[in-house]
Amino acid sequence: MSWEVVIGLEIHAQLTTNTKIFSGSSIAYGAQPNTQACSIDLGMPGMLPVLNEAVIGKSIRLALALNAEIGKKSVFERKNYFYPDLPKGYQTSQLQYPIVGKGTLEIEVDGVKKIIGVTRAHLEEDAGKSVHGILPGMSGIDLNRAGTPLLEIVSEPDMRSAKEAVAYARKMHELVQYLGICDGNMQEGSFRVDSNVSVRRPGAPLGTRTELKNINSFRFIEKAIEFEIARQIEVLESGGKIVQETRLYDADNDVTRSMRSKEEANDYRYFPCPDLLPVVITDEDIEAVRAQMPELPDAKRARYVAEFGLSDYDAGVLTGSRELAEYFEAVLAATGGKDAKVCANWIMSDLSGALNRAGLSISQSPISAQHLAGMIARIQDNTISGKLAKQVFDAMWSGEGSADDIIASKGLKQITDSGAIEALVEEVLANNPAQVEAYKAGQEKMLGYFVGQIMKASGGQANPGQVNQILKAKLGG
Amino acid sequence: MSLGKTEVEYISRLAAIAVQDGEVDEVAAKLSNILDLFAQMEAADTQGVEPMAHPLDQVQRLRRDVISETDQHEKLQSVAPATSEGLYLVPQVIE
Repeated sequence: MSWEVVIGLEIHAQLTTNTKIFSGSSIAYGAQPNTQACSIDLGMPGMLPVLNEAVIGKSIRLALALNAEIGKKSVFERKNYFYPDLPKGYQTSQLQYPIVGKGTLEIEVDGVKKIIGVTRAHLEEDAGKSVHGILPGMSGIDLNRAGTPLLEIVSEPDMRSAKEAVAYARKMHELVQYLGICDGNMQEGSFRVDSNVSVRRPGAPLGTRTELKNINSFRFIEKAIEFEIARQIEVLESGGKIVQETRLYDADNDVTRSMRSKEEANDYRYFPCPDLLPVVITDEDIEAVRAQMPELPDAKRARYVAEFGLSDYDAGVLTGSRELAEYFEAVLAATGGKDAKVCANWIMSDLSGALNRAGLSISQSPISAQHLAGMIARIQDNTISGKLAKQVFDAMWSGEGSADDIIASKGLKQITDSGAIEALVEEVLANNPAQVEAYKAGQEKMLGYFVGQIMKASGGQANPGQVNQILKAKLGG
Repeated sequence: MSLGKTEVEYISRLAAIAVQDGEVDEVAAKLSNILDLFAQMEAADTQGVEPMAHPLDQVQRLRRDVISETDQHEKLQSVAPATSEGLYLVPQVIE
């Protein structure tokens, strides 16, 4: 009999604010320890938290994107537990009245679309960090991260495979970045995915779940879930029981290991935080955010196919990030809006390839959208061939200026004077009588040889289309 | 409603409050009294009553997202039992 896999995800998205959720301390990453932890973050007596207005608009954005209910009156609660990186002895969070209610996100796995339910998304503060190995028997605590605003996005247990779980996580990752509410940096912990995994016989009640935490790449999330599914099935099939616990993924050995038992730690004794009043969101607040909503990835993809005639694949790649899509649209607009496919090809092959090799993101591209558009415009008006454009591209990459500057300084202008090309053709044919004989005897592949020789003789600058045309006329005659 | 030794020990552990063996009965009695009060309140009909999140009938005011705090860690750490290299030191925690 088969097993059914049940996965739900809890995603912590760090919100892109300047300051903490309840204080005016900076949340910039990488500062010296405790230089961004004020008396409010430390929970000093008498300090009063005041909510950062920026987190409200960002939460509404997510709610609108997920077609979710908006908590028009949301309430902060205290989640009580003791840990050294939690200075107040509780985490200020939301439970019963979260700011974002039930919504949905559509995913696609192997061409099959599926709607995944989002249970809620609630605002909460992050904890600090423990640093080990400074002094024997002691741990160091850095509270710079304490109070950093997070949206915890909780899914329904709707996913039935590791692939679906990762598709959902990736989709959410893309979405929060499009919305400009989270930078999505997994290495710095701005986007953290915790997976709740269980298995059951089809139709049976939910099995006991384990939670996989602290995995900072999608590939490892998928592998960790795969391992955990296999482990749970093995335990159950050999007559054992699954213990509800948190497990860590060991990427080096591709296994998960027990971290701590959740049985007792689970009693958080939530209660409404007396330091904070209910947060009220009005219809005007919602409409103000709606008016500022960017185009979302799915809508953008559909538009690229319908409006620009791009393939699903090209549209998917170009909308993979908001920055890439904006770059593409800037290039397309600057080249007159025609030839979307040409613009897409340059961005997806030459530019993306170069960026990958250099380990750069599109926003760090040495070639601006305007420069790339300038080069494509010169291909469109036949100043340069696609082949010469590669040289121009390389020169732009090395910072040698705009396409026009480079074409002028390197003398890359395409030869389109048919008289000049004809002379080159005649010269090459005259120098290769044996090959001409072979061609006339039926070896048509010689044509490619001649084209190569002519292009070489022109220093790569002859217009390839004209070369072909004139060459065929000469040989046919 | 009366609490026994086990519950008192559990609650004191969660709250990180040391309750000595000799105090357990007294604490259990006090906590039970409080719970009895809640039990009385539970008898009230609250059908259709919206739970109250805060006794003040006001809404949260918001703060602009502007950095207003400066680095005060030296002052703040002057009252800490132990620090090193800018970090607060605590007995070792291992996950």
